[in-house]
Amino acid sequence: MMRDQKLWTWHLAAGVVILFLLGMHMTVMHLNVTVPLKGLNPAGGHPIDWANVVARGKSAFFMVTYVVLLGAALFHGLYGFRNILFELNPASWLKKAVSMVLLLCGLALFVYGTWAAIAGFSLAKAM
Amino acid sequence: MSEKTLSEITYRIRRFNPERDSTPHWEEYRIPYSAGMTVLDGLWRIKETHAPDLAWRSSCRMGVCGSCGMLVNGKARLACNTQVTELGGGTVVVAPLPNFDIVRDLVPELAPMFDTHRALMPYVIRDDAQEQEHPTGEFWQSAHELEQYLQFSYCIKCGCCMAACPTYATDALYSGPMPLGQAHRYNSDTRDGGFSARKRVLAGEAGPWRCHYAGECSRVCPKGVDPAKAIQLMKRELVLDYLRLHKEHCPAPVAKKPTEGKRRDNIPEAPPPTV
Amino acid sequence: MIESKGHPNRLGLWGWFGGGRWGVERYLYTLHRLTGLGLLTYFLLHILVTSSRALGQASWEWAMGTVSGPLFKFGEYLVFVAFAFHAINGIRLGINELGFGVGPPIEPVYPYRTSLDFQRPLVVGVLLLAAIIVVMGTLNFWVLD
Repeated sequence: MMRDQKLWTWHLAAGVVILFLLGMHMTVMHLNVTVPLKGLNPAGGHPIDWANVVARGKSAFFMVTYVVLLGAALFHGLYGFRNILFELNPASWLKKAVSMVLLLCGLALFVYGTWAAIAGFSLAKAM
Repeated sequence: MSEKTLSEITYRIRRFNPERDSTPHWEEYRIPYSAGMTVLDGLWRIKETHAPDLAWRSSCRMGVCGSCGMLVNGKARLACNTQVTELGGGTVVVAPLPNFDIVRDLVPELAPMFDTHRALMPYVIRDDAQEQEHPTGEFWQSAHELEQYLQFSYCIKCGCCMAACPTYATDALYSGPMPLGQAHRYNSDTRDGGFSARKRVLAGEAGPWRCHYAGECSRVCPKGVDPAKAIQLMKRELVLDYLRLHKEHCPAPVAKKPTEGKRRDNIPEAPPPTV
Repeated sequence: MIESKGHPNRLGLWGWFGGGRWGVERYLYTLHRLTGLGLLTYFLLHILVTSSRALGQASWEWAMGTVSGPLFKFGEYLVFVAFAFHAINGIRLGINELGFGVGPPIEPVYPYRTSLDFQRPLVVGVLLLAAIIVVMGTLNFWVLD
């Protein structure tokens, strides 16, 4: 089992990454009127309109940041969740099982999300 | 409430006798108020006049020994250090420190805390065992180096911080604020070289990683030790250690006695060394 | 596990959420934990919903249509508020938990000044900044958009 000294340091580092990338994501998605950023919603209208999604999807920068944000947020969130569960003082075998389940869920979601980001990028590029 | 208007005071005490009770229960006592009365004074009065079997721990009556930690009106405090008048004049509600098993009435089982404390090696660790066993002098330390741990050395191990810690409320494996604070006290002592030895516990899940800086330990500490500060400073050291940026200090050397110079006539001879 | 030697008296979950007369940092700790759980739940669903983008316009618009409506919009607003708090309070925690802003070790002289007092201006700043972001988000969600 990995030691908390290592995991906590990465938890903190992931938090810093999320702060910037999720901050940017939230600004694009939910502060699009109060903080309009040029070129991120080029088709006008709502940020989740398909034309805007495609416009952003063509950018390799967005594709890479989605994958980095996905990895950082999954690690940060699932480690935080594991901490909460561990603080409920479960039995040792249950801790191992929880760690394994969260690790597998995290890896599966990371693979799936990365596929979606790359496939979305390829689709947008082809349009 | 002012002392002048207070003539009687009601105590509501959590009672538990393992030989008689299956669960703790509350009992109320009314006693006369006297000026300057502490919560501990009231307990003594109740024992003398109402409940001779009431049990608690206390010793020094001056906030030094750390025996009388209790939950008084919802906050972990020393009974001897708490004036009845600071509690607002209403009922004084006294319960044993939470997060520790109850031995009897207001007596908590502190052994798990001391076991964890011991596991974190709260003493100076050095390679020169010979010098420690048969010292030839004092270890050299500057005033600034002393300040790095002095605050944490005032801990009286009363357990109030452990009773207030939200993590310790559920997680019995977490070391808790007192043992962690004391581990940092020795880690930050320049005479000590035990960082790596303590790290074996501290780097794992019993270490400071379960502290989320709710800060209650520091808020309730009756001696101003500020365990939360010690824990955060310790986290920095451990993160730096993981990043290979931690500076290992060589344990302080033995201070050399001055060999040159001449004593002035009006200065008497120093008493014989105690170590 | 440490063997019980008397009547159990752990506060349990009550120790996380209540259980006494606490200070502001204790409530921020509870709120940080709750918002973290909320954000994680949303995030896991968000991965599944937004990955529909990879399958083309029809798939995307179907997914977005499924999660539209006032209830979802309000849920999304709560996620934004939780993000604003969790992110900004997280900055404070990151600074404090690395031993910065908590003050140096000092001689404990009564009335004691703890690390909580040292970092209190940071708490005020964090709450103000989070409030500003929430106001901007509220305008964006409900007034301007």
